[in-house]
Amino acid sequence: MFLQDLFQNVVFWMLAAVAIGGAVGVVVIRDLFRSALLLALVFIAVAGFFVLMSAEFLAVVQVLIYVGAISILFIFAVMLTTDVRRGNLPNRLPVLALAMPALLLAVMVVTAVSTDWRLITGPEQERVNLVQTQSVNGVSDATLEPAGVSSPEEGRQVRGAGIADLLISDFVLPFEAASVLLLAALIGALALARGREGT
Amino acid sequence: MSLESMLIVAALLFCVGLYGALARSNVITVLMSIELMFNGVNLTLVALARYVAPQGIQENIASVLTGQVFAMFIITVAAAEIALGLGIVFAMYRSTETVDLTEAAQLRN
Repeated sequence: MFLQDLFQNVVFWMLAAVAIGGAVGVVVIRDLFRSALLLALVFIAVAGFFVLMSAEFLAVVQVLIYVGAISILFIFAVMLTTDVRRGNLPNRLPVLALAMPALLLAVMVVTAVSTDWRLITGPEQERVNLVQTQSVNGVSDATLEPAGVSSPEEGRQVRGAGIADLLISDFVLPFEAASVLLLAALIGALALARGREGT
Repeated sequence: MSLESMLIVAALLFCVGLYGALARSNVITVLMSIELMFNGVNLTLVALARYVAPQGIQENIASVLTGQVFAMFIITVAAAEIALGLGIVFAMYRSTETVDLTEAAQLRN
C-alpha cells in the first residue's frame, strides 16, 4: 500500500511538472511550431492525469481527440499562416494581463485549500473505484466480492453504472444537443473554408 | 496526491492559459491558450468526480461518473470550437495576410 502511494505520488509530481512546464512553454516560447508541439505534450500529460484518477475512457478520448486531432490541426494552422519572423508577439497590456490570472490563481488556490470537501469515505471508495475503472471493460463476479458488494441488488447497480449508459439515459438531451452542435460546426467550417467566391 | 494538489495543478493550467489568451496577440497562440484552459477545467471536473462524494451516492452509485460525462461533453465542444476557430483564422489570413489580433479591425465601424 505504501509503495503504491509512493508510486502514485511520484507519477503525479512528474506529470504536474510536465503539464505546468509545457503550458508555460506554450505561452512564452516565440517559435509557434515549438509551442504547438509543447501543447501536444501538455495534452499527453493531462491524459496521464486522467489515468491516475481512474478515468481511463477519458484518457483514451483525450489522446484521440486532443493529441491526435487538435494538435495536428494547430500544426497545420501554424504551417499555413504564420510569418515565422514575427512569431509570438506580446499584447499591449502586459502588466494587466499578468496581474489578472495571478489574482484568479490566488483566489482558486485559497478556495481549494480552505473548502471543507465532503470526500468519499473508505467503504464507498472501493465501490467508486470499481464503477469508475470498470465502466470501460465490464465488471466480473470475481471483482465484486473483494470490493464489499454483497447483495445482488447492489451488484446490479454497480454493473449497470457506466459512461455509455449514462449518456443514453440521464444525459440523452445534452448528447443529442452535442450531435447538433457538431453538425453545425461541420457546416460552419465548410462555409468558412469555401470563402466568398465559392457561393 | 490529493484533491487539493490536483485542483491546484488544474488551476495553474487554467491561469497559464488565461495569461496566454490575454497577453499574446497571435490568434493561434490565443486558441492554444484556450485549449489549455479547457484542459484545466476537465482536470478539475475529473478530480472532483474522483474524490468528492456526490449527493445521491447512496441511492445511485452511477452518480460518481457525472464529472467524467461532463468532461466528455467539454471535449466535444472544444473540438467543435477549435475547428471553427481555425476556420476563422484561415479566413482572416486570406483577407488580411496577418494573424495578429491587434491588426484585426474588419468589424470596426
